[in-house]
This record gives sequence, structure tokens and C-alpha cells, in this order.
Amino acid sequence: MSIEIRDVNKRFGDFVALEDINVSLPTGQLTALLGPSGGGKSTLLRIIAGLERADAGTVRIEGVDATRMSPQRRNVGFVFQHYAVFKHMTVAKNVAFGLEIRRRSKAEVRERVDELLKLVHLSQFADRLPSQLSGGQRQRMALARALAVQPKVLLLDEPFGALDAKVRKELREWLRRLHDEMPVTTVFVTHDQEEAMEVADEIVVINDGRIEQVGAPDTLYDAPANDFVMGFLGEVTQLGDVRLRPHDIEISRAPDLAGSVSADVLRLTRVGFEVRLVAGTEDGREVSVVTTRAHARSLDLGEGDPVWLTPSTGATTVPALTPLLVG
Amino acid sequence: MVRLSPPIKWAVRLVVIGYVFLLVGWPLITLVQKAFAGGLDNFQAAFSDPDVTHALLVTIEISIWAVIINTVFGVTMAVLLVRHEFPGRRAVSALIDLPMSVSPVVIGLALLLVYSGRYGWFGPTLEAHGIVVIFNSPGMIMATCFVALPLVVREVVPVLEEVGDDQEQAARSLGANAIQVLRRITMPAIKWAVVYGVVLSLARSLGEFGALKIVSGNLTGLTQTAPLVVEQKYNNFAQGEAYAVSFILVAISVLCILVVSLLRPKESHS
Repeated sequence: MSIEIRDVNKRFGDFVALEDINVSLPTGQLTALLGPSGGGKSTLLRIIAGLERADAGTVRIEGVDATRMSPQRRNVGFVFQHYAVFKHMTVAKNVAFGLEIRRRSKAEVRERVDELLKLVHLSQFADRLPSQLSGGQRQRMALARALAVQPKVLLLDEPFGALDAKVRKELREWLRRLHDEMPVTTVFVTHDQEEAMEVADEIVVINDGRIEQVGAPDTLYDAPANDFVMGFLGEVTQLGDVRLRPHDIEISRAPDLAGSVSADVLRLTRVGFEVRLVAGTEDGREVSVVTTRAHARSLDLGEGDPVWLTPSTGATTVPALTPLLVG
Repeated sequence: MVRLSPPIKWAVRLVVIGYVFLLVGWPLITLVQKAFAGGLDNFQAAFSDPDVTHALLVTIEISIWAVIINTVFGVTMAVLLVRHEFPGRRAVSALIDLPMSVSPVVIGLALLLVYSGRYGWFGPTLEAHGIVVIFNSPGMIMATCFVALPLVVREVVPVLEEVGDDQEQAARSLGANAIQVLRRITMPAIKWAVVYGVVLSLARSLGEFGALKIVSGNLTGLTQTAPLVVEQKYNNFAQGEAYAVSFILVAISVLCILVVSLLRPKESHS
């Protein structure tokens, strides 16, 4: 295990940021800390980096107790949401910073910087200032800078949060590929469940300062430990006595399936290839259903039509304990 | 932007220009005219008086020391105030502005009370160890530092706040220690604020009068500074020389500001 966190607690005044956190993050993997804003995931990352100190508990990195170690001695790479580029230095100088601090020879620094800039596709920008780069390029530079010192672990705090949707998608695919080529133990914080599911080998769901569940993306999606995890990883709706995902509901025009519930289509929206509809059941609840455009067309669905809804076979369901607002 | 109709816009411009001209422009122009009234005669007369040249040298010496001390402490205090939480932080922040609101004469008197060799409560001890503060350079440097205290701090603090500590944290996580972070990250970021603070401090130090008059004892040829010489010459009906020295003081300040605005990069880095 590369990072071992034991009984970590952290408060900011009266606010409990982290409570009894215990988690082990495996070597060489890409782990996502996923959760809503203010849930404590960034605080946990900053405690691992040494930028924040835990009130209680221990942090071990590669078997070494790092709890009281200053950030400069931990040998972790840290990438910030807003890049934290050194504005007055060129791209090459930014990447070289950690190596120059470590007093490596000029030739070695140059060679390593060239190599890293090639890796992040910024070779032609070596002599520019960060202000001449786009957001995505700055973040790639920040990543190269963090990787230059060959850190034992790479920590990224909402690395793509400040970028627009298209660049974000490109960069996370690129991060995944980069990690496959260069398997440094990597932990990144995100509040975007899609990002976590797409990129991470393992996801740690954090909410209200506590860990809700740890597992592979598919495990979390298919077997959520509780309501919160299920709700956070994807859309949830309620049909009869169970909660399930909107795409796990089958629609038919006749009550030919056992356990089906009758409803009327209230609203129907087409988003790209999928059709989202809201149906009202007889008990007055609204159910969200997602289906493909082809299927909706084959049923000839329109607003006001009567339909029958059934949970599809193998659907992930949790019993509905509390009333749910349709999301 | 408030949109004004052309006549009002011109009226507002006229008022502003008129105000600055009457308050600053006209008096300074008159001073320059008077200084050069007899060609360079006034300057020759002034520079032939060893007390005047000595006073100018004293002013420059005191100012340079005060600026150096003020810069070191100003940057340190700004970093402390912005980057660290400590008990009494707000009180320190308020105290730094005090010299702006207190008359320099009062500051001079206060220093006298503490450091005077005869009746100050700290002065006699220092004098017993051979350190003469009052009517001597140390006291004059202290008084100048006091009046110029806020100028560096107040230039640097907003820049430090705006830059944030992300870059410093990134540097630390890359292995830099406190001194390396300060030298390689913090200082380059606040460079221009420090330069401005230094220029303002220098201008303020060159012109200090009230506090220095009390603390220096105004000893001609010994502790008398250039502004004090201006007063003495003026009172002794040597107005020409007073104007000449005044012009030199103004010229140094204007030169400082000019050099900085020329050196400063055109676009402020985003």
C-alpha cells in the first residue's frame, strides 16, 4: 500500500472537515476522491501533501511515517486546480524548478525538462511565459512540473475543474493514458462522478467528512453501499417501493410484465440520442425514465400517453426508505 | 463608467486640472523660477556654503539607511501580516498606519522621551554603552524609518494578497525551503510593489522635517539635514539659497518617480 491513512481528524474552528478517516491507497493506481463540494476531499488531499496538518491520526507514504513531515520533504507532486504556475518563469523554467532546487546538473535538468515537455506535448512552448498558454496547456505544464522530481505519489486537486467541458474531457483521457504509460501512484480530487468513473481505477466516495464507500467504479455503480453513493454516482428515481436508475426502467404500452406500474407521461425531452421522460403514477409520484430515442419512437410516445413501467432485470435497486425528490 | 455630456465632461476636467495646478503646479513652477532667477547664482551660493553640502550629504545618508531598514522590515511585516495568523495581527496592522495620522513633531518628541541621554528612560543605558541616539544619526534614522514605515508595507500587502499562496505552496511541494520560496517565488511576484515602496520611502525620507528637527537638534554642519537648511536659509534672508536647495530636493523625488515609471514593464502581468 502506497498511502496509509489512519484515524485522521481535521477541524476548522467548529467545522468538522474530516472525521476518523481510514483508507489505504494502493501503489501504482489511479484513485479518485469523489464527493460533493465541502465534503472534505480536498482537505484529505492537502493532508497527504503536507499542505495541511491533521489534528489527529497518521499518514504513511510508502511505509514512511509522514504525519509530521514538511511538504518539501515528502516527495509528492501536487497539481492545483488553478495551476499555480510560476508566472515570472518560462515554461521550461517552471518544469525545471524542482530539479534546480535539488541541485541537479545543468545537463541533467535540460535533458529531463525536454523529456517531460515532450510527454505533455509542450516542447514548442518551452520559452514562452505561462500567460501565453491556454488553461489546458498550463495544467499540462503544472503536471510536468510535478512529475519532474519523480514523486512517489502524484496528487491532483480538482485538476480539470477550471477548464471548459471539451478540454476537460480531452485532458482526462490524456491523464488516463499518461498514467498507463507511467504508473505513478496518483490521487485526484473531483466532484464530477463521470470524471471519476472514466479515469480512476478506484474511487473513494467522501461526504460530510466521512468515507461512504471505497471500490472500483463498476462496483460502486452496481453495488452502492447506501443511498448517498447511489445518488451521487448517477441519477436515481423511485418506482413503487424501490429506488433505481432512470435507465433501468422498462416502458411498455400494455401491462404485460409482472409488477408493472401504470403511469401517464407528463413531460418528454429529447437530449441527443436519449429521451428523458417524467411519468406520473397513480399515487401521485413522479418517476424519471431514460430510454433510447429509437425505443421511444418504436413505442410512439407522446406527452399524456398512458404507459406501464417495470424495473428491468438485473437493475441496481435499493429499498426506498425516505421519500425522494425527483432529480 | 459614468457617461457625462460633453460640456459637463469639459467642466469636470477643468476643475480637476485647475485644482491640481493651483495646489501643486503653480507653487512648484514659482519655486523653480525663483531658484533659477539669477541663472545658477543661487546654486553657486548654496554650494559654496559647506554647511549646505554637508546637510545634503546627511540627508542622503540618513535616507539611504532608513530606506534599507524600512524595505527589509516592510517586506518582512507584509509577509507576516498576509501569510501568517498570529495573536495581535490586527493591532500590528493598525499600528503600521499610525505614522500617517500622527504629526512627525510628535513622533520626534516621543523618540526623545525614550532615547534621550539625559532624561529618556532607555537613553542613559544606551549612552553608558557608548551609543548616542538623540542628536545623532541613529535617532535620525529611527525617526525617518518611523515616518516612512507604512509606505513599503502598504504597497506590498495588496500585491501579496492578490497573488495568493498557491505558487508558494507549489514551490514547497517541489522541495523548496522557506528561503528558496521567498527568493524564487515571493520576491519576484512583489518586485514592483517593493520598488514603488522604496521610491515612496525615499521621497518621504528626503523631505522629512518635523521629526528630524527635534531628534537631530538641528546642529549646523553636524546633524542638520537639507530640509532644515532650507528653513534656516529662508529665515536668515538667504531665500535664493533656500530655493536652490528646495529645487534639488524636488528634483531628486521627481527623478525617482520618473525612473520607476520608465523601468516598469508596460503591461502588468496577468
